[in-house]
Amino acid sequence: MYGKKVKLRLLFLSLILVVLILTIYLVLKSLEDNVVYFISPTEIKELGEIEYNKKYRVGGMVKKNSISMSSDQISFTITDFKNEIDVKFSGIMPNLFSEEKGVVAEGMLKDKNFLEASKILAKHDENYMPPEVREALKEK
Amino acid sequence: MFEYFNPYRIFKINSTLQKIILFCFISVLSVGLVEALFLSPEDYLQKDSVRIMYVHVPAAWISLGIFSLIALLSVSVFLFKNKNFILITKSLAPSGMLFTLIALVTGSIWGKPTWGTWWAWDARITSMLILFILYVLYILTFRIFEDQDKSNKISSIIAIVGAINIPIIKFSVDWWNTLHQPASISLTEESAIHSSMLIPLIIMTAAFALFSSLIFLMKYNTELIKVKNKGLKRL
Repeated sequence: MYGKKVKLRLLFLSLILVVLILTIYLVLKSLEDNVVYFISPTEIKELGEIEYNKKYRVGGMVKKNSISMSSDQISFTITDFKNEIDVKFSGIMPNLFSEEKGVVAEGMLKDKNFLEASKILAKHDENYMPPEVREALKEK
Repeated sequence: MFEYFNPYRIFKINSTLQKIILFCFISVLSVGLVEALFLSPEDYLQKDSVRIMYVHVPAAWISLGIFSLIALLSVSVFLFKNKNFILITKSLAPSGMLFTLIALVTGSIWGKPTWGTWWAWDARITSMLILFILYVLYILTFRIFEDQDKSNKISSIIAIVGAINIPIIKFSVDWWNTLHQPASISLTEESAIHSSMLIPLIIMTAAFALFSSLIFLMKYNTELIKVKNKGLKRL
C-alpha cells in the first residue's frame, strides 16, 4: 500500500523508539535510588550499612500522638505501619505538618531508628474536600 | 473538494473562528474564575491555596495533551513527509510551552505553603521540567536550521522521541516515591476531589483549551502569511 521509502522510515522510527525506550528503562532502573524522592522506614531497616555522612530522605505518616515539642526542638515518629523511625528537628515546620499526615524528613541517620533532620517537608495526599465534608466523614 | 483546503479559504475561516473562540474563551474564563476564586469552598487542609490547583492542573493537562498531539502529527510528518502537518505542530508548540511553564511556576508557588519548599527534584517535577526543555528545543529547531527539510526532520524526531517522556510524567507518581501527590482523578475510579471543587477545575480546563486553540489559530494564520510571503501557492 505504501511506498518502499515510507516502510523504511517506519522501520527506522520503530527501531529507534524500541532502543530508546529500552535504554531509558534500564537507566531509570539502575538509577532508581536517585529517582525515588524518599525511602520508607522499612527500606531504612533493610539497608545493609548506613552512611553516616550522607543525607537520607525518609517519608511516611506522622504517627498519632508522637509529636512532642520543646522550646527549640520538635520530635516525632515517622511510620509506614510496619516500621518506625524517630525524627528530631529544630527549625520551621511547614504549615501542613500534622499527625497522621504524610511527611518527608531529610537529614543524617544516627542509627536505623533515629534521624536528625535538617529539613522537613509536608506531603499532601490526593484528597481535596471542603471542611464540612471532612467533618461529616470524621463523624462516620 | 480541494477548494476547501486552499490556504486563502482556511485563512478566512480561521479569522472568523478566532472571533468566536475569543468570545467563548472570555465567557468560560470569567465563569471559571468566579467559580474557582469565590464560589468554590476552601480545602480542609490547604485552606485557600487549593485555588492554585484550578490553574495548575488544567495547565499541566493541556501541556501534556498538546505535546502528545504534536508527537502524533510528527509521526505522520516523518513517515509521509506531510508538510501541512508541520504548520499545525509548529503553531501548537508555543501555547504548549506556555502552559508547561505555568504548571511549573504555579506548582512552585503552591509547593512553598504546602510542602515547605519551592522546588524538589522528585520524578514528577523533574520530568515536567524535561517537557519544558523539549518544547523549547522543538521551537528552537525552526529558528536554528535555515533549511526547511532539515528543520522538519529534526523537529519531528524531537517530538517523537520526547513523547516517551509523556507516560513517564503521567505514571511517575505511581512508579516511584515522589513528593508530588498521586492523581486525584481517574477514568475508572471515583475522583478524590470533592464535586464542589471538581466543577471549577473542569470549567478552567475548558477555558485553557479554548485559549490554546485561539493561540493556535492565530499562529497558524501567521504561518500561512509566511508561506504566502515566500511566494509559494502551497507548501
